Amino acid sequence: MREITYAQAINEAMREEMRKDENVFLMGEDVGLYGGAFGVSVGMFQEFGEERVRDTPISEAVIAGAAAGAAVTGMRPIAEIMFSDFMTIAMDQLVNQAAKMRYMFGGKAKVPMVIRTPGGCGTGAAAQHSQSLEAWFCHVPGLKVVIPSTPYDAKGLLKAAIQDDNPVVFIEQKLLYRKKGPVPEEEYTIPLGKADIKRMGKDLTIISYGRMIPPCLEVAEEVAKEGIEVEVVDPRTLLPLDRETLIASAIKTGKVLIVHEAVKTGGFGGEIAAVIADSDAFFYLDAPIRRLAGLDVPIPYCPELEKNVVPTHETIKAAIYEMME
Amino acid sequence: MTISKATLEEMYKKMLHVRKFEEKVAYFFSMGMVHGTTHLYVGEEATAVGACSALEEKDLITSTHRGHGHCIGKGIDLNKMMAELLGKETGYCKGKGGSMHIADLSRGNLGANGVVGGGIPIAVGAALTTKMKKIDRVVLCFFGDGAANEGSFHESLNLAAVWNLPLIFVCENNLYGMSVSTAQSMKIQNIADRAAAYGIPGKVIDGNDAVAVYNTVMEAKEYVKEHGPILIEAKTYRWSGHSKSDANVYRSKEEIAEWRKKCPIEGLKKYMLETGVSTIEELKRIEKEAVQEIEQAVEFAQNSPYPSLDTIMDDVYA
Repeated sequence: MREITYAQAINEAMREEMRKDENVFLMGEDVGLYGGAFGVSVGMFQEFGEERVRDTPISEAVIAGAAAGAAVTGMRPIAEIMFSDFMTIAMDQLVNQAAKMRYMFGGKAKVPMVIRTPGGCGTGAAAQHSQSLEAWFCHVPGLKVVIPSTPYDAKGLLKAAIQDDNPVVFIEQKLLYRKKGPVPEEEYTIPLGKADIKRMGKDLTIISYGRMIPPCLEVAEEVAKEGIEVEVVDPRTLLPLDRETLIASAIKTGKVLIVHEAVKTGGFGGEIAAVIADSDAFFYLDAPIRRLAGLDVPIPYCPELEKNVVPTHETIKAAIYEMME
Repeated sequence: MTISKATLEEMYKKMLHVRKFEEKVAYFFSMGMVHGTTHLYVGEEATAVGACSALEEKDLITSTHRGHGHCIGKGIDLNKMMAELLGKETGYCKGKGGSMHIADLSRGNLGANGVVGGGIPIAVGAALTTKMKKIDRVVLCFFGDGAANEGSFHESLNLAAVWNLPLIFVCENNLYGMSVSTAQSMKIQNIADRAAAYGIPGKVIDGNDAVAVYNTVMEAKEYVKEHGPILIEAKTYRWSGHSKSDANVYRSKEEIAEWRKKCPIEGLKKYMLETGVSTIEELKRIEKEAVQEIEQAVEFAQNSPYPSLDTIMDDVYA
């Protein structure tokens, strides 16, 4: 199968949906001729023109709000917010407006929109361009929240998100944009709310997502040589969460390690841990559920500090050893 | 511009509907029959009804927390609106929205809004749809003087301007954002002056003069389809407090009395009589009908059931 990058996969998903449905369009800061701050929309301006690939002023609130207003009146907008940190500026429109219109209007409104936004650290951009804020969005009924970890998932999930009739926050991973992976040329989508077992194993379950998946898989291969078989489960969609798959894996291995880049306190790992502890899996656990997450600090600038503020290859491995003792 | 007798009489009736509806709501609150809060539109009827009467059904509006006037102006089923206020299953939002979230998408009302300035970006998106789909209609966005100090106001007017969207911004300047006067919250006399910052026209009108509001919006409709947005500032006044918990400590009885003399409904009545459009008998008949229709709405709402508990999770997702 051919291999393309995560960014190319996202680009293809948008193009395919825009070719199919004239109501789909892209707007955001520098998404036009420039091709997006991370080059994700490169070439789309040339293919679709300025009407459907719209450069906006630096105005995150109205980008999100105009997406909601366009969606509720019959379009299917994709809005790009250049860094997920800037979602804070768009929060009223996303949280109080888009997410709630359907419920508070008694089911009459439909808000089919996607907000794409890159999250995560590792680029030396420091505290205001590096956060992982996915837990914030998961706390809002009415939203769906997706974080893909591979080019294949990114394409299939984004197409499903664009076709979905609800507001979807699609969190991309800066450090994965240039990573390549197999993506079929044929049409496919991946249903939202369906976890994927990235590696089968019987001894310990790692539940992780986004850019933490590659190091988890690498470590899993390494410890396999020592006879520890780690199962790596990627929920892919955090809201709605595929609880069944997570619980089934916890029952199977009896040990659960949750790994994410977002800070630990109030992080989504707490929800995952609670889902498992609340379920029948509790009776099968033979070790406490462990969370390996970002430290409770803003992301620092200095490369060595930045690298060590989130889980690393080494800390993941150490956590596995501890749990297997 | 001459307004037809039928239109004027309809405007008169809708303004009465707003007044009588709000009086009923105030009464229900005082009797403890409705919970939550509500923001009454009494005193501002000419702005909503004048503006909406200049629109067609296909045109869209976004509204505010003080939205009952806009709903009635745009045309609404009074029964379903009153039922929503009472939290009933037959209400516009099946009892889940209440006063601040009434929407009637089928009649072009994209919804009231609990967040000050929250509806302005949504209006931009609706106008974007209108432009991209080349639909022959306009979007009219209501907001207050308070919202004019929100960031969403700036972002939205600027974006609507650079994209030349068919959007009429109507700022209802009722002189107070809750308790803080515009004199305290801005250093300019006219919010319409801010239009210059976006390269769009701004116009100040008497928001208590339904005919002036109607004519201004009529002209604006043609303008915005061709040239992009316009900002209209309608100067008006709310007779009641901001919400039900407001003791009116920040304004004088004299000031309120002064504005009550400029009653928009009396103003339209006087205009219709003086220009000979309608006779006093005709207007009395309209007044009687308006009262009856509100009474019917009350009866409908009171006789409707509350939503069943098993609907609680419905409609979170499409």
